[in-house]
Amino acid sequence: MIKVKINGQEQSWDGDPDLPLLWFLRDEAGLTGTKFGCGEALCGACTVIVDKQAVRACITSISDVAGRDVTTIEGLHPTGDHPVQKAWRQVNVPQCGYCQAGQIMQAVALLTDNPKPTHDQIREAMAGNICRCGCYQRIETAVHLASTGV
Amino acid sequence: MNIVTDPKTLHEFEKHSIKVEKISRRGILKGLGVAGGLVLAAPLMSRQAFAAYQTGASKMPHGVVVDPRVFVAIAPDGVVTIIAHRAEMGTGVRTSLPLIVAEEMEADWSRVKVKQAHGDEKTFGNQDTDGSRSTRHYLIPMRQIGAAARTMLEETAAKRWSVPASEVKAQNHEVVHAASGRRVGFGELADDAAKLPVPDINGLKLKDPKDFRYLGKGQVSIVDLHDITTGKAHYGIDTRLPGMKYAVIARPPVTGGKLKSFDPADAMKVAGVEKVIEVKGWPWPSKFQPLGGVAVIARNTGAAIKGRAALKVVWDDGANASYDSVAYRKQLEEAARKPGLVVRKEGDAEAALKSADKVVTGEYYIPHLAHVSMEPPVAVANVTGDKVEVWAPVQSPGGTREDLAKTLGIPEDNVTVNVTLLGGGFGRKSKCDFVLEAALLSKAIGAPVKVQWTREDDLHHDFLHTVSVEHIEAGLDKSGKVVAWRHRSAAPSIASTFAPNVKHQAPFELGMGLIDMPFEIANLQCENPEAEAHTRIGWFRSVSNIPKAFAVQSMVGELAAATKRDQKEMLLELIGSPRIVKLDSVKDPWNYGEPYDSYPIDTARLRRVVEVVADQGKWGRSVPKGHGLGIAAHRSFVSYVATIVEASVDDMGKLTVHQVDTAIDCGTYVNPERIQSQIEGAAIMGLSLAKYGEVTFKNGKVEQNNFDTFPVIRMDESPLVTHVHIVPPGPDTPPSGVGEPGVPPFAPALINAIFAATGKRIRSLPIGKQLET
Repeated sequence: MIKVKINGQEQSWDGDPDLPLLWFLRDEAGLTGTKFGCGEALCGACTVIVDKQAVRACITSISDVAGRDVTTIEGLHPTGDHPVQKAWRQVNVPQCGYCQAGQIMQAVALLTDNPKPTHDQIREAMAGNICRCGCYQRIETAVHLASTGV
Repeated sequence: MNIVTDPKTLHEFEKHSIKVEKISRRGILKGLGVAGGLVLAAPLMSRQAFAAYQTGASKMPHGVVVDPRVFVAIAPDGVVTIIAHRAEMGTGVRTSLPLIVAEEMEADWSRVKVKQAHGDEKTFGNQDTDGSRSTRHYLIPMRQIGAAARTMLEETAAKRWSVPASEVKAQNHEVVHAASGRRVGFGELADDAAKLPVPDINGLKLKDPKDFRYLGKGQVSIVDLHDITTGKAHYGIDTRLPGMKYAVIARPPVTGGKLKSFDPADAMKVAGVEKVIEVKGWPWPSKFQPLGGVAVIARNTGAAIKGRAALKVVWDDGANASYDSVAYRKQLEEAARKPGLVVRKEGDAEAALKSADKVVTGEYYIPHLAHVSMEPPVAVANVTGDKVEVWAPVQSPGGTREDLAKTLGIPEDNVTVNVTLLGGGFGRKSKCDFVLEAALLSKAIGAPVKVQWTREDDLHHDFLHTVSVEHIEAGLDKSGKVVAWRHRSAAPSIASTFAPNVKHQAPFELGMGLIDMPFEIANLQCENPEAEAHTRIGWFRSVSNIPKAFAVQSMVGELAAATKRDQKEMLLELIGSPRIVKLDSVKDPWNYGEPYDSYPIDTARLRRVVEVVADQGKWGRSVPKGHGLGIAAHRSFVSYVATIVEASVDDMGKLTVHQVDTAIDCGTYVNPERIQSQIEGAAIMGLSLAKYGEVTFKNGKVEQNNFDTFPVIRMDESPLVTHVHIVPPGPDTPPSGVGEPGVPPFAPALINAIFAATGKRIRSLPIGKQLET
């Protein structure tokens, strides 16, 4: 039996220990905010935070996070008003919006690690997250805005 | 302000979604499922064409429905519900169209709810969300719907106060009688207004644009913004039904191939796998029917994917087993170097090329491209008896419904298509093969099924953008004036997905940059040599405009270089005098489905976007050493777009895009903020296809698997800044496309900039490693 804390709630799993965290979150725990984009840690759509670090849930097995704290987009802020979420809305970042949960989680991890990133640091830290609609200019603006206080 | 649901429970989804069976308390709001009193009952549905300008809307399947009862509901508490009947894939249409209704009816946007329509074109009119058509076809109909609702509310209030209707006015969610100072909210009027007939649509007074509060302002965020940023937004992948099973499918790796045999034993050993079954396939070409294969059905997606990896399958590859991109390119090049079917002819290009002082030749190659929307194809279906209900991210809810009915052999009335948000579409989700797969599987196992495509599935089985060779020869006289132009375009047609033995491009492909070429050249010939398809070809954002604009606008750069002139001056000289281009020699001058009178090729507008972008983007500015400026302009989806790119290439061949300026003239517009976002995104998609975009085949199989072998632009290589310049519309200029027309001019502007920076002319996309030598 694997136990993991997701958004502060303890969850358990007694199936395949190799099951990717992504599919545990989405299909077993019903937390569908975390998205599937590639399955190979190439696009960042499935980014969640494990003990303050951004992690790609598609290549992280459920057993890898046993006993650890996982935060998904649903658990970021009770009313959705984390500074990064607010900045995203202020800048009207999304187009289709599908990749944005992953982008937001990556940005949160970046700002935890580096509260005042430079232009180049933002572009580098966010480069693992693909947005096919092409919202990069606004993502960069929103991360900058969140870092300076919305 | 959304339909989007708590994804955890079906109950929540049901509560918010539109269900065709539900009838409101009064029984007059069939299809809306809105709790509470509703307004606007009338016996007849109006289908109309508007007088101010004509669009092709009425010629689309099922035409246009202009009926406030279908699109608007007002609850007693004053909440106005407006139907969004088009699919939201990132363009903002789910906000923009209801916003038009709200504007005309004087609703307060903060008290408006948007509900997504299910697939039902008999009720809502055409629902195909493609071709950059939604605003251009629906600006006037949505205004009329709003004006009809407003008129009914005003009449109701006037009757209540016993004053002439001309003395009352709807204002910000209430009706006001200025003379007496009386006012009454929309909610209080709803019940009585519902008893009035819908007024004559053609006699309605529309608002004066100077009184607009929302339209053209760009201060309204998309309705799904909060849900997107909190993970609550409901995409195709997010539907969960009780008892639902998760499936992935192993499909024939070669288009037209089929299943020979399979061994499910090892797949069945994987924890969580419950069933392995064959999926019916249709012979190619079969429009959007499933490819067939073997489905692995499990308790979660992870188990299904793992089970599929353990599956043993033997395929019969069929007739396309030798499709090879290197060999096919040679075939296309040979075809493009010989005469082909003449599709436009003015003067005598043949003779003028022979007698020209100088001939400049350019041959351009643009490979297959994959859509790779961030949400791969996915659908949930629940077949019960002779009924099916699906939840799917589809651009074509009506077409999906028709195809489901045909595929399952049931009446359309037994098919419910719930439209979720689309995690990107770009044309891929106009094809409903993945929805049909889910329905076939649900029927086979007697339970709701979600079919999930992996990224590998998406790349291996896409309806790809065509592959083309564009061959242009331009003849110049002694003064450097272009006097002859011959353009041959060889590319397999999208029509090949619908019928066998297709050898020529369809009018809608020829009309995307070939036969509609706007240059003023005395001797002009366009030809379409034969090309046959060996895989599924489909629409990709901006479609055939990509290769054609790339070729034509690269040639402009080549001519500027050959005659030592400024690119922009060369471009304006070729566009020539301000005029309406005549296409008399073209047999089928397809014009994006629009009447030519309302949407002609107007070179004054094309010149204007060039001039605006040159002015705003500071064309001719001095740039650092190693940098270059490039320009390109193109009309597509009846909009006019010009782009300037500043690029540099360093000693290692690393390409940087420093600045992008794009000017767009899309006529009358609704939401400039979303136009800006579409154009910003078009630069990224343009850069992706220019730098990396290529799907290749060997032995009939796609060679790319995921974002490592089919890269797209990431943030660290995206343009440092993109500026968007929206050209203000002239009076009564009809609205035109926004979603697609930003893409075509980007690649040639970039290539022209690279030439300016390095002297190196790229004629074959993608750029790949060509700058590294």
